Amino acid sequence: MASIMFILFSAMIIVFSILTVTSRKILRAAVYLLFVLVSTSGLYFMLNYQFLAAVQLTLYAGGIVVLIIFSILLTSHISQKFESSGWKKNIFSAIAAMTGAILSIITILDYTFSATTEAAKEVNMRLIGKSLLSVDYDGYVLPFEVISVLLLAAMVAAIVVAKKGAPKTIGLPKLNQE
Amino acid sequence: MNSGIPIQYFLILATIMFFAGVYGFLTRRNLITILMSVELILNSVNINFLAFNRYLYPHKLEGMFFSLFIIAVAASEAAVAIAIIINIYRRFTTINVEDVNELKF
Repeated sequence: MASIMFILFSAMIIVFSILTVTSRKILRAAVYLLFVLVSTSGLYFMLNYQFLAAVQLTLYAGGIVVLIIFSILLTSHISQKFESSGWKKNIFSAIAAMTGAILSIITILDYTFSATTEAAKEVNMRLIGKSLLSVDYDGYVLPFEVISVLLLAAMVAAIVVAKKGAPKTIGLPKLNQE
Repeated sequence: MNSGIPIQYFLILATIMFFAGVYGFLTRRNLITILMSVELILNSVNINFLAFNRYLYPHKLEGMFFSLFIIAVAASEAAVAIAIIINIYRRFTTINVEDVNELKF
């Protein structure tokens, strides 16, 4: 059963990720990306990381893809087709990507992975919350704080960059107009 | 869990996804599709982290938290990149990377 689901998810991921980068219509590419992200969350469920699968569904599939589709609708026509980039560029990029993929796959198949024999830890919500806020050996409070500052900075930056008609001088308004 | 599927299958799957993203990054000319390729690459790295964590170090949680942080970084990166893309579109009325070659305006 698990192997059937794995084959289904991995076939979906491979087919749709290749379609994402080769499709001529930009909106279709975005929808293929959505399929890739949803099947990735299925893989996370198979690996027993339920919290991360939910985060993947809400943040990636719900947030980022919607953002991308909105920006596509703002910047191009729905039915617009790309002209094909030159065949030379396509072929050389394909050769580079294939070489990298084959080298990596050979390395993966050569290496013998040795797992630990320690008992698996059950990942539940309480454990995740405690680890995120603890300063002990297994705690992740520093990256948690850093990521929260990063999110705040990204939010402010997105507002400032996309603001329409930014004034030339940012500061106090002039008091005497005449 | 870990029923029968070797870890190598997950890694090979992530490799194919990664290099599909690299191919898209090299051949695409539209800024939004380049951003989509970057999302593919980040997502494949997440699969790698989680497979390593589940199969090799199941008594720890490093891989899970790192993929959580990668997802957060990807979200903020997408937000800022799309803000920049919309600003570029407003100024140049195109988001083709070959037509946008002025840094100073």
